[in-house]
Amino acid sequence: MSEPIGTLDRRAAVKALLADRGDLLVISGLGSSSYDLFAAGEHPGNFYLWGAMGGAAMVGLGLALAQPKRPVLVITGDGEQLMGIGSLLTIAAKQPGNLSIAVLDNGQFGETGMQPSHSGLGAKLEVIASGAGIGSVSDIADMAGVEAFRARLRDVNGGPRLARIRIAAGELERALPPRDGTYLKNRFRGHLGIAVA
Amino acid sequence: MDQIAVHQDNATGADWPVAIYRTLKEFGVAQLSYVPDAGHSKLIKLSHADRAIKTTVLTTEEEGVALSAGAWLGGERAVLLMQSSGVGNCVNMLSLMASCRFPFLTLVTMRGEWAEFNPWQIPMGRATPQAFEIMGVTVLRLENPQDTEEVISAAATLAYDGDQQVAVLISQRMIGRKKWTKETH
Repeated sequence: MSEPIGTLDRRAAVKALLADRGDLLVISGLGSSSYDLFAAGEHPGNFYLWGAMGGAAMVGLGLALAQPKRPVLVITGDGEQLMGIGSLLTIAAKQPGNLSIAVLDNGQFGETGMQPSHSGLGAKLEVIASGAGIGSVSDIADMAGVEAFRARLRDVNGGPRLARIRIAAGELERALPPRDGTYLKNRFRGHLGIAVA
Repeated sequence: MDQIAVHQDNATGADWPVAIYRTLKEFGVAQLSYVPDAGHSKLIKLSHADRAIKTTVLTTEEEGVALSAGAWLGGERAVLLMQSSGVGNCVNMLSLMASCRFPFLTLVTMRGEWAEFNPWQIPMGRATPQAFEIMGVTVLRLENPQDTEEVISAAATLAYDGDQQVAVLISQRMIGRKKWTKETH
């Protein structure tokens, strides 16, 4: 068994990230990250992934490029981001100022039986992000760090940024957002004022 | 070295990438992502020069599938360029497009089917249409340069207006035999 990565309560951390969210748009990676986002408060500016493992950051990039004046936050887990690790290079190459990625890192594949992830085995996502060319990276272990990161999300010129947020391992009660992707898509676009054709 | 690839025996109208570019512009495509491919090099170059098109170079093709979903969420139309060898990489990510009925348009230059000299290109080239079809993607073929505008236009309408996932496979014959010199790759 690997050493625990962190102690933060994931639900409290995500709730703090979304406090006074304003015009923030949020994409969540499959599994617990989507449950955390839903538990923090249902919102039409949330798009919950229920699959597409490894794709959350890239959905965030496409959205950030399309909506450059809106802050976009991707909330995902270490396993999900690891599967799409190349996307950090792709995001760095585009330098979207309005895109932030919060990786909830417990060093484990939580949905599948708590096997240690590469993060749990020593990989440092914030260092990888920095090496990829993402200029603003942070390694957050306490709520003060989460609050400081939240304060920076609104700045649509300061990204891209990535925060590794060290959360405690362990499963929480599931909070299940809607699963109908077409509904979630149309709701999100409606929130942005895009007419459903 | 100019990155536009050198091809020989391409007497079939070298301007088909321009026709693709014009058609994508007519459809208001605002984002173009790609894994580089010699056959797409002219279209990539045209897009880089166009300030109204946001180009994104990918590390692997499935990133472009997810990018297209995000672009649509934000109100923009996207297109993904790749070579047939990258199609297999996209299979699981295509479930995102099917589950949410995201419009998706990809233009695929074919390898492994016409005068292919590299046996390693052949298995994925041969499996390309099926790899799309098992995920519910409609496959259209572009075989002749003079059909470019019509085929791309039909695919774009099916994707962006019909909410479908559509791949246009661009025949290797249109791209021409690879001229194996120092200038090409």
